[in-house]
Amino acid sequence: MERVNIIGAGLAGLSAAITLAQRGIACNLISKLPSERAQSVLAEGGINASLNTMGQNDTTELHYHDTMKGGGYLSDPEAVATLTQRAPEILSWLETIGVPFNVKDGQPVLRPFGGQSKKRTAYAKSSTGKMILNALIDEARKYENQGWIYRWMHHEFVCIHRKGDACIGVRILDTYTQKMWDFYGPVILAYGGLNGFFPLQTTGTTSNDGNAAATLFMQGVQFGNLEMIQYHPTTIGICGKRCLVSEAARAEGGRLFVWKGQEPWYFMEEKYPEFGNLMPRDVVSREMELVVKDPGCANQVYLNMTGLSDEIWEKRLPDLREEILYYLQIDPKSEPVPVEPGIHYFMGGIDTDNHHETNLRHLYACGECTCRYHGANRLGGNSMLGAILGGRIAAENIDSKAMSDKKEEEVAGQLPSYSMSLALQLGTILRSGLGILRNDADMQKSLYQIERLEQKALTPTDKARCLFAKAMVNSALSRKESRGAHYRTDYPQPDDTMQKMIVVTYDGTIHMTWRPLRQRRNA
Amino acid sequence: MKVIFEILRQKDPNGSPYWQKIPYQTETPATVATALNELNAQPVLKDLDGNPVDPVRWECSCLQKKCGACAMRINGRLCLACDTMVQPGTMKLEPLIKFPTVADLIVDRSALYENLKAMHVYRESDLQYDTETNETAQKASRCLQCGCCLEICPNYYGGSVFAGAASMVPAARLLSLQENTDLEKAYRKRVYEGCGKSLACHNICPAGIPIEDLLVKSNRKAVWKFRRGKKR
Repeated sequence: MERVNIIGAGLAGLSAAITLAQRGIACNLISKLPSERAQSVLAEGGINASLNTMGQNDTTELHYHDTMKGGGYLSDPEAVATLTQRAPEILSWLETIGVPFNVKDGQPVLRPFGGQSKKRTAYAKSSTGKMILNALIDEARKYENQGWIYRWMHHEFVCIHRKGDACIGVRILDTYTQKMWDFYGPVILAYGGLNGFFPLQTTGTTSNDGNAAATLFMQGVQFGNLEMIQYHPTTIGICGKRCLVSEAARAEGGRLFVWKGQEPWYFMEEKYPEFGNLMPRDVVSREMELVVKDPGCANQVYLNMTGLSDEIWEKRLPDLREEILYYLQIDPKSEPVPVEPGIHYFMGGIDTDNHHETNLRHLYACGECTCRYHGANRLGGNSMLGAILGGRIAAENIDSKAMSDKKEEEVAGQLPSYSMSLALQLGTILRSGLGILRNDADMQKSLYQIERLEQKALTPTDKARCLFAKAMVNSALSRKESRGAHYRTDYPQPDDTMQKMIVVTYDGTIHMTWRPLRQRRNA
Repeated sequence: MKVIFEILRQKDPNGSPYWQKIPYQTETPATVATALNELNAQPVLKDLDGNPVDPVRWECSCLQKKCGACAMRINGRLCLACDTMVQPGTMKLEPLIKFPTVADLIVDRSALYENLKAMHVYRESDLQYDTETNETAQKASRCLQCGCCLEICPNYYGGSVFAGAASMVPAARLLSLQENTDLEKAYRKRVYEGCGKSLACHNICPAGIPIEDLLVKSNRKAVWKFRRGKKR
């Protein structure tokens, strides 16, 4: 039977699988772990759509402008127009499949989120990702029973198969039996972000090792804006990772401060009176980094949530309080919580067109692995929207004529492997060059260290990881301006001539080109 | 803090299980999940006698109690490795026993998903909710599919018709939102008729789901309306 192959079973992968099933196209849904373990469960705050249920005259046009502005005007206007115009359609579908959003009078209640001019974020307590994902899992199960979706759990991506400029299939590894399989037909990539390049340092899943991105890059898949890494302002260090304190905490009234002498200084409220603590994430993280380096301030920022009512804790943020109590032994109801910015999201990724197709025909990408909607900085509430919509668009555009009738086959060959200790070293090097505040000298040093580490890389995957890391740093070095999450102390201003995507490819050497943004058609 | 992990290891599904002691030291508080990650990141992992051993195979994803991947038995108790702090002395780590072992602490939990499919846990029409059903659905949506509820249940065994709380909880969301479905029929057969109401699942659930509450609500919806002759 002819099937599409989807790599990743989080929100983007599930959305693609369900849309394909609705079109009467069968798919293989391939993932290392079951959907319940996907990173999507960690999304807390909510999902954006200009539903205008709060009496604020919100429109898709305002959603568009906030997203463009928040993203440092580096997103493709055409992509953002589609994202914001189709957001109400996505939300309405999520309601239909039973996502238990917090509601009032039958309508989703909307929260304000960072960088938004209106209340626009629908939520389900403080576990929105988990609740949306569960509804999609149940929805996909219907099509599993009908024979449209075939699950391949405990299978991981090894590489794609290319024929000229087309992708004709994918090789996967059964992690339980160590057997490898070749599947033929179109491929939709939905494997998540680049967390695996920063082990222990991100808020995301530890099962993402970054190897898929590194391998695809080596195979000629084009990437964009790899320098754009989002540091979420409020994370706490827990055992072995960063744990997110949702932006919803500030949306519901949480306030950031630093001790300045004997007085708490609510620096965001003083510096940005309009949006205060709810400025876009790049701005908040940068301000936090600056105040802790200010000799007049203590070197720790706190999030003060003591003013939040019992009702808010109980109805809107119950999981958040429980989490902070458990990991920090601090009750946020009565005590401010020490927080630091942590790596949270990658705006950069696989370069895709309006159909979510990559530079290789019949190879699509959606969700966090693609560079599509979020420009230089993603607004809170837009990631789940982008993932669900991206999966849907990719599936809508799969060319059923490109399906292969070639049966899957078991193959022999070298099993992929990589060194965890090299991955840890590489993560430390990347973090030192690609922090919140960047400069030429630090990045050159990182590049030099990666080149030295590359000499110790023993396996093809380790070599690919080093190569990809070099592409990330080179992108950041090339962008000699400050825009969104990419802030350079040596070039602190945006430069209009660089309002373009940095496209990186590999064909034996790394190539970097600047591509103008695609203009919006239906302005 | 010095810890000795005593781990029940198994090379592959057909291998024989054996105990192995691996030392671990930490200066800061750590969960068992952190400890396993740190041990596996060592260039060479060594057992208590200093012999090199293979990395410990286990599953994890979120490290913060939201994904259920790392469910195992720690000192005989069912829990998530990311939800259990290491203690000085010996800590015993074993895989769940009601699911086939794949390797070391990894078990094949595909029975969970097969049961959900067999129970028709999916919607059959457009769903609409009010505040009450919405709260039920929010509670039910917290299920991690970790398998702890089945592991402790006196009525569940691998292959049993009874599907246990791991199917009942996701079903509760859909039962609360629609009427007269195949799911109701399957629920009566695969949950209600097999459940001995020990409620051990309620006490063990790592996500703290109020399982008893969901069971009562689901029984009311799928069972009692028939018993009272109010078949709709």
